[in-house]
Amino acid sequence: MKNWIKTKNNERLDLALIPVLPVYELREEIIELKKRPIAFFGKDWGKGYVRLFVVLADDEQGELLVSSTIFDATMREYESITQVIPAFHMFEREFYEQFGIKPLNHPWLKPVRHKQNDYEFFEMEGEEVHEVAVGPIHAGVIEPGHFRFMCHGESVYHLEIMLGYQNRGVENLMLEAPSNQLAESIAGDSVIAYNTAYSQVMEALREIKISNKAELIRKAALEMERIAIHIGDMGAISGDIAYSMGAAVFGVTRTLVINTLLEWSGSRFARGLVTVGGVNFDLPQSLIKSTLKTLDKVETDVVRMTKTMLKNSTVMSRLEKTGTVSAERAEEIGLVGMAARASGYPLDSRFDFQDKWVAELELKQKKFKAKGDVNSRFKIRYKEIKQSISMVRKILAKLEEFANEEILTSSCVAYKKDSFVVSIVEGWRGEVVHVGMTDGFGNLSCYKIKDPSFNNWYGLALAVRNNGISDFPLCNKSFNLSYAGFDL
Amino acid sequence: MFDTLKSRIFQGQQFIKDIERAPMREQFRGFPKFCGANCNACEKCLDVCPTGALSLYPLTIDMGKCTFCGACKNVCKAGAIDFSNYYKLSATKRESLIITEGVQEADFERTAIEVRAEITSMFSRSLKLRQVSAGGCNGCEMELNACSNANFDMGRFGIDFVASPRHADGIVITGPITENMAYALEDCYKSTPEPKIVILCGACAISGGVFQKSTKLNREFLEKYPIDLYIAGCPVHPLTFINGVLGFIRGKKK
Repeated sequence: MKNWIKTKNNERLDLALIPVLPVYELREEIIELKKRPIAFFGKDWGKGYVRLFVVLADDEQGELLVSSTIFDATMREYESITQVIPAFHMFEREFYEQFGIKPLNHPWLKPVRHKQNDYEFFEMEGEEVHEVAVGPIHAGVIEPGHFRFMCHGESVYHLEIMLGYQNRGVENLMLEAPSNQLAESIAGDSVIAYNTAYSQVMEALREIKISNKAELIRKAALEMERIAIHIGDMGAISGDIAYSMGAAVFGVTRTLVINTLLEWSGSRFARGLVTVGGVNFDLPQSLIKSTLKTLDKVETDVVRMTKTMLKNSTVMSRLEKTGTVSAERAEEIGLVGMAARASGYPLDSRFDFQDKWVAELELKQKKFKAKGDVNSRFKIRYKEIKQSISMVRKILAKLEEFANEEILTSSCVAYKKDSFVVSIVEGWRGEVVHVGMTDGFGNLSCYKIKDPSFNNWYGLALAVRNNGISDFPLCNKSFNLSYAGFDL
Repeated sequence: MFDTLKSRIFQGQQFIKDIERAPMREQFRGFPKFCGANCNACEKCLDVCPTGALSLYPLTIDMGKCTFCGACKNVCKAGAIDFSNYYKLSATKRESLIITEGVQEADFERTAIEVRAEITSMFSRSLKLRQVSAGGCNGCEMELNACSNANFDMGRFGIDFVASPRHADGIVITGPITENMAYALEDCYKSTPEPKIVILCGACAISGGVFQKSTKLNREFLEKYPIDLYIAGCPVHPLTFINGVLGFIRGKKK
């Protein structure tokens, strides 16, 4: 394995140890290894050179494989990897957009976040064929994006999704003025996931070790976030099939969870809780007690409502066999997180790249009978809510052992020079990946972010194929992907 | 069906009856509370403020920039800065959001929202809004959705979000207004029939928030068109939003 360097989640790697391969060799290695890409990005290497970094995930071993290649100013193209491994399609498009180095024979080398006016949509011709264009502003209170449906009568032949409207230049801002508040605002529905990933990168680059207590509070908050958003999504799915009782009950149940987070941190989405060096707020016994009590009620309400709902044949007829993505397809296009698990592709970085708490708290990944349809994505949320509630209970019980520990470690330490850190956090959508790099002066020189939506938007496009166009809102909600996290 | 009815009965009454006096949890970070006498001029708070909302001598917080993260409070060992759980953080003038020591919650509540007869006569019982997320992170968007849930139930006041600007009396903007959304936002505004109002919701919309230094923004819209209401927060709490809008379209209860 001299062509790759192995590292772990949240571990600092010396930049000098990362191999540099000729691009054709790197391509062959990637194809041969058959591992999942979690980062694939360029960095300006000075004097017209561009260095391309590749991070592959070895989910079975819990390891990350890192390698790179350097393009000089005359090398403006290479043979695309996407034509062999489709999961690279978005990564290669992004690299092309940012550095102008062309992946040859890429099947659809379209813009990712910029130049929407130059976007060439696929077109379909024939009798009863028509197109429906929606967005960027949608009917509900949601983020902007443009959808173009190619329809044959009522059924959708293909959907193209053009994003980029939300682009705020986050990766550049991160280099200029990195802060926890900025990290929290990249995707405001995954506050804890993003802020934890950012904080872990910063801590690894500075080699700070945070207290057990802080680690556990972060972990509990991450599960609380998952519980809250999953319940909200179940309500939204109910709303989209006009099952108002579900929408109302899940809506108010979610309020209980986010109001608990408000008690933890002063914000309903737990903004300000996680910070570099630990957490800002301790969880006193009284709060732990009230949280456990709330979780009991939440669990009862969610179980009762879900059972009622799934007994209803009119509900089931809308959820079952709608928007199906098969396990093979999910793996082929590189779905991640909850959507992948609902398709029977069991990726979960909480367990694949586990920290010490998974063993200590005896947390187990649960099997899920996946069918890949909206019903599966509804049910997996239900199962994950129950699992997360039990995890929070275990974490809060464990907290007692560390009651005397500090919640905050001083972070006034300089970055280590020439370092490379990958941090993966399993947010409620899936893996949130942050990569940080420092240069020889000890300055932050590169910050790269990958939201699970970066992988999963294409999954939505596949899900709506051969479905009625009126089922699109339902399919969309069942994925509930991030626009801001994709657009950065 | 009996199960559905049972679920309904188990839920009981969930809506907040008196939205104007709804209690807020004490941990909520809302209106800034200063004690300038405690300030030892260490200026650490200036370093940690992510948006430059804070200034010293005299102690001032611009709620239009503030993310209510509490970093200044956490770093201030002298105890000069705090936040109360007061949540009515809306104003009709941008300057009103700049809070110095001595401005009390009651003063702010009395003066921040200027009630205009043409607004109250037109919209006091029905206001349909079109929301435009222009780079919003989904935080404010989720809270605006929550305004219509069974707890807050904004619809009972005649305030609703509608699907088309053609049906709307005004637009609510969230996010720092990205370059790529500038055109769509203006288009949406132009498609809204007169008379119409514009509401800026959240620190990003009001000032650019944590993204104010980004080169990917285009905030010309705000110079071209009048803004009627500023609602502070990061994200804006549903109670802040509903009370802000109600105060603006109805005025104070006598």
